[in-house]
Amino acid sequence: MNTQQQQSDTLVQITDLRFKRGSKVIFDGINMQIPRGKITTIMGPSGTGKTTLLKIIGGQLKPSTGSVQVDGLEVPKLRRRDLYTLRKRMGMLFQSGALLTDITVFDNVAFPLREHTDLPERLIRHLVLMRLQAVGLRGSRDLYPAELSGGMARRVALARALMLDPMMILYDEPFTGQDPISMGVLLELIKTVNAALNLTSLIVSHDLAEAMSISDYVVIISNGKVIAADSPKALRESESQWVQQFLNGLPDGPVPFQAAAPDYATDLFDFEQRS
Amino acid sequence: MIDFLARSGRRYLDALASLGRASAFLVQLLGALPSLFTRFSLVIKQLFSSGVMTLSIILVSGLFVGMVLALQGYNTLIGFGAEESLGIFVAKVLVRELGPVVTGLLFAGRAGSAMTAEIGLMKATEQLSGLEMMAVDPFKRVYAPRFIAGFFALPALAAMFSAIGVLGGHLVGVELLGVDAGAYWSQMQAAVEFREDVLSGLIKAVVFGFVVCWIAIFQGADCVPTSEGVSSATTRTVVYSCLMVLGLDFLLTAIMFSV
Repeated sequence: MNTQQQQSDTLVQITDLRFKRGSKVIFDGINMQIPRGKITTIMGPSGTGKTTLLKIIGGQLKPSTGSVQVDGLEVPKLRRRDLYTLRKRMGMLFQSGALLTDITVFDNVAFPLREHTDLPERLIRHLVLMRLQAVGLRGSRDLYPAELSGGMARRVALARALMLDPMMILYDEPFTGQDPISMGVLLELIKTVNAALNLTSLIVSHDLAEAMSISDYVVIISNGKVIAADSPKALRESESQWVQQFLNGLPDGPVPFQAAAPDYATDLFDFEQRS
Repeated sequence: MIDFLARSGRRYLDALASLGRASAFLVQLLGALPSLFTRFSLVIKQLFSSGVMTLSIILVSGLFVGMVLALQGYNTLIGFGAEESLGIFVAKVLVRELGPVVTGLLFAGRAGSAMTAEIGLMKATEQLSGLEMMAVDPFKRVYAPRFIAGFFALPALAAMFSAIGVLGGHLVGVELLGVDAGAYWSQMQAAVEFREDVLSGLIKAVVFGFVVCWIAIFQGADCVPTSEGVSSATTRTVVYSCLMVLGLDFLLTAIMFSV
C-alpha cells in the first residue's frame, strides 16, 4: 500500500502520543489509526483518559509530545483559525449533550448554521427540520433543553452535530445512563447516520455489548497504552488474558481487583504494632 | 515549620499564576470586543439581564441611602445653622462617592455573581467545550457581550442611584424636616460642579464596571467545573469585586482630589 492510499484510508493517525496531567501520566506512547468511513470504538476502564483522547483529537487539549493527524492536518500545531476550520468538519457529541440551555431545541440545532453561514431563515428552517426529523424530534422543536430527557438531549445534540455536514463525529460516552429503548434508538441512529452520510464515527465508551455490536473496529486502552486494536470478532477470539478479562467483565485477572497497596499481612500487623 | 513555609509559598505562587491567567484572559477578552459590532443583539440581551434586572435593587437602595443622608446631614448641619445646604451635602456625597461605590458593590452582588455562576455552569455542563467544538469562540459569543454590557450598565446604574438618592434626600429633608425646597435645589445646582463631581463619579463608575466584569467573567471561565467549584468561584467574585471597588475608590479619590 503506498502512502497516498494509506492516507486516504486513515482519517485520524495518532503516533507516539504522550500526555500528562500534573505528574500523572495519562497516555504513555499511544499509536492508533482510525479508518475512514467506519465506526471505531475506543474502550477502556474508567479513568483511562478516553474523553481526554477525544479532546486531544478535537484540539482542545495539547499533548505533551507525539503527533495527532486528522485528515492529514497536524492538530496540535494548527493555528487557531485553521483549527476552527477543521472543527467545522468535526461534530462532537458530549455526554451531557452540551446544548445551550437558554435557547430552544430548534435554535440549538440552527445555531451552527446561524453562526457560520448567511443562509436565509427559510432555508435554515428546512435544514433544521430535516435533521430533527432524522432523529425523531421534529415535534419537540419548541422545548427547552431542561425539558428534555437525557436520551432526547443526546439526539438533539446529534442533530446539531450533523448540521454542518461533518466528515467525522466524535461521541463521548453516548450510551451512559440510557434506558433500553433510547439506547436502541441511539445505536440505530449512530449506525444509520454513519452509513447514510458516509461519515467516520469515533465512539468513546465502556458499554461493552452496545459498542461492540455497532463497531467495525475496536481499540482498547488501559494504563496509558493501547492493549488491543482489532475488529470485534477478532477481539472476542483473542487469546490475550487482558482482553478476555475486559470483554467478560471478570473482577480479577491482569487488572487486579485490589488497588496497589503494601502487603496485606504487613499492613495489618504494622497497625497493631503501632497501637 | 518547613511545611508552613511550603504551604504559604504554594499559596503565593497559586495567586501569582491566577493573576497571570486573569491578565492573559483580559487581553483575549479585549481582542474579542470588535466582533460585537456584528452581534449587537447579544449585547442587548446581556444589558437586559445585568442592567435592567439590577435596576430595582439599585433604585430601592438609592432611595434609602438618600433618605438616610438627609437625616444625618440635617442633624449635623442644623448645629451650624446651615441646614439650607442640605442639598449640596446629599448631592455631593452621592455623586462623588456613594453612587459609584454602592452601585459597584450591589452590582457585584447581583449581576457579577450571576455572571460567574452562569459561565461556571456553562463550563460544568460542557456548553463552553461544545461551543469550541462547533468552532464558535466563547470569547466572542459568551464573554465579550457580558463584559461590554456590564461595563456600560454600571455607570448608568450609578447615575440612577445618585438621581433617586437626591430625590430621597428631598423627600426627607424638604417634605419631612422642612428644609426650604428652593434652597435645597438651587444650592445644589450652584455648588455641584460637572468636572469635579459628576465627571469624577463617572470615571469611578467606569473603572468599577471594568474591574467587576473582568473579575466576574474570569472567575466563571476559570472555575473548577463542579458544583463546589462554581459556588466558590461565585463567592470569590463577590469578595474580590468588593475589595477591588473599595480599594480602587480610595486610590482614585486620592489621585483625583489630592493632587
